[in-house]
Amino acid sequence: MSASILILGARSDIARACAQEYARHGYDVRLAARDPADVQADATDIALRHGVSATTHAFDALQIEAFAAFADRLPELPDVVLCAVGFMGEQAGSQSDARAASVVLRSNFEGPALFMGLMAERFNARSHGTLIGISSVAGDRGRASNYVYGAAKAGFTAFLSGLRNRFARSAIKVITVKPGFVATRMTEGMDLNPRLTASPEEVAQAIWQAQAKGRDVVYVKPIWKLVMTIIRTLPEFVFKRTRL
Amino acid sequence: MHLSGWGRFPSLEARLSTPRDAAALAALVKDGPLIARGMGRAYGDSALAAHTVSMRRFNRMIAFDAQTGQLIAEAGVTLGEIVTAFLPRGWFLSVTPGTQFVSIGGAIAADVHGKNHHSEGAFGRFVDWIDLMGADGQIQRCSPDLNADLFHWTLGGMGLTGIVVRAAIRLKPVESGWIRQTTIAAPNLDAALEAFEATYSATYSMAWIDCAATGDRMGRSIVMNGEHARRGELPVDRRFTPFDTPQHGSPRVPLDFPGFALNPLSVRLFNEAYYQRNRRKPTTGLEAWGPFFYPLDSLRDWNRIYGRKGFMQFQCVVPLESHAEGLRTILGAISRSGAGSFLAVLKRFGAQDSRLSFPMEGYTLALDFPMTDRSLALLPELDRITADHGGRFYLAKDSRMSAQTLRDTDPRWAEFATMRRDSGLAGHFASAQSERLGL
Repeated sequence: MSASILILGARSDIARACAQEYARHGYDVRLAARDPADVQADATDIALRHGVSATTHAFDALQIEAFAAFADRLPELPDVVLCAVGFMGEQAGSQSDARAASVVLRSNFEGPALFMGLMAERFNARSHGTLIGISSVAGDRGRASNYVYGAAKAGFTAFLSGLRNRFARSAIKVITVKPGFVATRMTEGMDLNPRLTASPEEVAQAIWQAQAKGRDVVYVKPIWKLVMTIIRTLPEFVFKRTRL
Repeated sequence: MHLSGWGRFPSLEARLSTPRDAAALAALVKDGPLIARGMGRAYGDSALAAHTVSMRRFNRMIAFDAQTGQLIAEAGVTLGEIVTAFLPRGWFLSVTPGTQFVSIGGAIAADVHGKNHHSEGAFGRFVDWIDLMGADGQIQRCSPDLNADLFHWTLGGMGLTGIVVRAAIRLKPVESGWIRQTTIAAPNLDAALEAFEATYSATYSMAWIDCAATGDRMGRSIVMNGEHARRGELPVDRRFTPFDTPQHGSPRVPLDFPGFALNPLSVRLFNEAYYQRNRRKPTTGLEAWGPFFYPLDSLRDWNRIYGRKGFMQFQCVVPLESHAEGLRTILGAISRSGAGSFLAVLKRFGAQDSRLSFPMEGYTLALDFPMTDRSLALLPELDRITADHGGRFYLAKDSRMSAQTLRDTDPRWAEFATMRRDSGLAGHFASAQSERLGL
């Protein structure tokens, strides 16, 4: 039997690239999105190109009470779960409207973390599995320009770190991915520095490599590790005056 | 953002949109004008406009019929992706240009040709239908039977009839990933042309031609022919894995070469070395599909060897009646100018009876020139010689031709421009090239 990967938020550009990457390596692919019709074309494409099984499933990161039933209905307990759910929202809206901020917090933290937690329990019962969470460099330090999104991602990063710590002595692997800038639907129209910007395909390759090499935390472009180390170590009295 | 074609000349500040679905694309089209872009491998300004729409995210394969070899795919799927997916199942592209990094949409828009044009025709011959988004954002299916006019204007129509959203193309069955290649060293142009005519029955043929050679050696070439190797023709140890070929290495050109790296001397030395090396090579052998069809793909970003200023491609076809004299005059003008083309390709075309496509029965010559004043002075002269011999030009390579030259050499485009005006396409689909050429 071949290995399988469950991809949450499968409509995103990074998720699509990851689905291709894992299918290329022979994984069966389970694509989960709010509206499975949105990812049906991808499933067809993956099955056609790679000769693996590719299926679509309805998943809403905000419906936490439906998580267990969703996991029960999957064709199998997957070997890998990749969570690419993310919603940036508008910082201005998140500042002034608690409801808008709540959607950002729940989409990027509550839903992803609780689902990964649920799958961790099931992996634990089976005693192996890999959890891959796409977090963000935005979670490394809160900045004026997007701290609501950043705070949610910081929470997700901490949650994944905790899971990794808990399962460090087992065959359950937890990988945190901090992609930096990626040329995706989310960043379209933004003026991003090309040296700092990865393609979704590069992110997918970095994730595959990270799993193969047993890495814990992945910055896709190595320069981001340096950039974020500097940003994290700036003393607060300096950092608070910056405009990043 | 700053955008250019593969030749990196010309470039312009463009808005680049990357829609993910038909609804988003339709919204952009209605706003027009814009031009669709696939892999950006057209050399000049064919896929370049103030508003350029990347079709890279329309890249799904939809269906494959293993009985007929028909593949239905979205326009942004590349030819290389098709080979990767289907060669292991015994299928290859019916027609492929010299790079696998082109999209289906781009291949249709330029109606690309390959080494088998003389024997099997251009890309469009293997297109069963096209789903084309028109100026109103609606998608129409076009084929030789359905909206036939639009279908024929779209093959070679440079993306100016609408946006190719998806298409059905036919692949061809092969028994291996190997090509039986025959190499003929031709000491001058006459010998090269003779070699082409003598091997006309070969499925694949093309020649690398030394544009730096003069006098008795003018036009000396290495003519290469090829056939798909049958399984039984492979060495015994390869017959069980006939589609496995050595990995195509892909080093990248890491930086822009300085402008002086390609000069008349280095071009002459390279061409001399290439000729001498191939002259001594065994004349027949097996070559993997990668190096045979896509020799330049093994060097990623090879356009950077021309430096920041970029380069210009020139590709013409001279009809059979006047080809020898036409080619000789062109080669003479190049060597007199001292401009010297680093990579030059000569190829025999067969007859082509489509509405806009570039090929015609005769010989095509493809040259590239660094972006210098010398090249800029030479190219109009090559235009004129081509025109004098009844030839025409390939728009996928063009970056600088005048509207007058196009009108004089290829009256089909005037009719195309009228059709575009009359059907309201002109206001929605336009490239820097279409504006320069008055299309």
